Amino acid sequence: MGMTMSQKILAAHAGQENAKAGEFVDCALDLVMANDITAPVAIRQFAECGGDRVFDPEKVIFVPDHFVPNKDIASAAQAQCMRNFVREQGLRYYYEVGRGGIEHALLPEKGHIAPGDAIIGGDSHTCTYGALNAFSAGVGSTDIAAAMIVGKTWFRVPTAIRVELRGHKRGMVSGKDVILHLIGLIGTNGATYRSLEVGGEGLADMSMDDRFTFANMGVEAGAKNCIFEFDSVTEAYLTEHGVTRYRPTAPDPDAVYERVVRLELDRIGYTVAKPSLPSNTAPAETLRSVRIDQAVIGSCTNGRLSDLRAAAEVLRGRRAADSVRLIVIPATQRIYAEAVREGLVDVFLAAGAVVSTPTCGCCLGGHMGVLAEGEVCVSTTNRNFVGRMGHVSSQVYLASPAVAAASAVAGHIETPEGL
Amino acid sequence: MGKAYKFGDHINTDLIIPARYLNVSDPQALAAHCMEDADATFAGRFKPGDVLVGGEDFGCGSSREHAPIAIRACGASCVIAASYARIFFRNSINIGLPIFACREAAEAIADGDEVEVDLQSGLIRDLTSGRAFQAEPFSPYVDKIIRSGGLMNLIRREKHE
Repeated sequence: MGMTMSQKILAAHAGQENAKAGEFVDCALDLVMANDITAPVAIRQFAECGGDRVFDPEKVIFVPDHFVPNKDIASAAQAQCMRNFVREQGLRYYYEVGRGGIEHALLPEKGHIAPGDAIIGGDSHTCTYGALNAFSAGVGSTDIAAAMIVGKTWFRVPTAIRVELRGHKRGMVSGKDVILHLIGLIGTNGATYRSLEVGGEGLADMSMDDRFTFANMGVEAGAKNCIFEFDSVTEAYLTEHGVTRYRPTAPDPDAVYERVVRLELDRIGYTVAKPSLPSNTAPAETLRSVRIDQAVIGSCTNGRLSDLRAAAEVLRGRRAADSVRLIVIPATQRIYAEAVREGLVDVFLAAGAVVSTPTCGCCLGGHMGVLAEGEVCVSTTNRNFVGRMGHVSSQVYLASPAVAAASAVAGHIETPEGL
Repeated sequence: MGKAYKFGDHINTDLIIPARYLNVSDPQALAAHCMEDADATFAGRFKPGDVLVGGEDFGCGSSREHAPIAIRACGASCVIAASYARIFFRNSINIGLPIFACREAAEAIADGDEVEVDLQSGLIRDLTSGRAFQAEPFSPYVDKIIRSGGLMNLIRREKHE
């Protein structure tokens, strides 16, 4: 029986010829990642378990990105805890504040992700790396602690949902609209315990940044992982980021899928997820009556260069409405520098925006843009749960960078063409 | 035996422990804010031995292990839900928080019911309604982690073998 991409990668890392859905496998890991929220808990478990040295100081990577630059003494202590561990263990890759950025934009950019890899991260959006044809899943801190010791972890081999892309996206429709559309179709638990396996002729119309955004939100449909087929777009990205050794993994022609979802890209419009679930989607055009107090453009979902370019295209020569705070957060230092070089930051500043250093802060209501009682935010982030970005009565609408930028200008939810 | 605290579908990790409290990882500090955005009075009312009951997709969202840690530190004897998001399920098993999938029980148990759960067999009794339910069995692999007392205990044991 044929295997999916995920099944092949898991089999290879378990030292087996085959991996069948439902089977439990112990997989060697190419990368174990954690951040300033999840690492401290993992470090404590590591020590309590009598952990001495990590299995490979080149394969454990920590990234401080959630509450940095530290918002208070307690969060500073957490970042300090992980920094100390990095030094004690001699971890080769650690990206300090000012030299890194948001983990899921940073690790691919630094060339840490390769097709065929098996990766776990102490962050649910670790599924992002599947965009580069890797098997990558989010786990909790105890799994990270165990993996730091033994260099492997267990998986139940997932059944799969094939996502078949066709056609071409229209206008400024982006990967964000495509994944929100899919989550609206299958629901927030539509892919729970399953892998999302993305391919089809429409893949050519998805840039790497579109794919990162799509894979990033796979977990919002409950997926274990989300993996894209390897093609020339993947290859060009890897070359540009210095990745030379990798194992492209294609699905077998007779791979078994529990379900095939066909997405006609031409038919997908600007899609917004209303409060308080990412599956609560509606066309942006139908939400013009929703007035907003804040617009956020950034995060591990949409803080990449093409996201900032799309936002700048909409904002050029325009200003955010007086009633709207516009916050732009480049996802990495490199993206930030490029946005400065290309003049995008000038556009944002002229539009009356705050341009922040890379941080996850406001996405999870931590800092740098927390919402007050009753406030409404259009955000390019990934979750719109109750209280996600601040007060329990505040509301979050998830959208693409182009829609968030247009909404900031209009003062209500708006499309780029509607301005 | 404990009292059931019942919640609906899609109880996400932001409701279980809001991210604004993740600047610490001390279990008792987290427990003080458990379920705060779903029910601000929860942490004050929930007693050791009580049971958290949810609907579909319990624990969806973030990978934060602080969520099952907070529930455990509240003294919950177990969680019963119709279904779970995978990272929350995995985290609970790993830290030894008893967690049962039982759609029938999750639907039938009413808020405030007295509930008794046999943690070994997964037999759930609603003493208020007099009904009994059997939770879904764990896979042998997951069962091995549970019987070891969590993942780190299993790793420790295997290290010494």
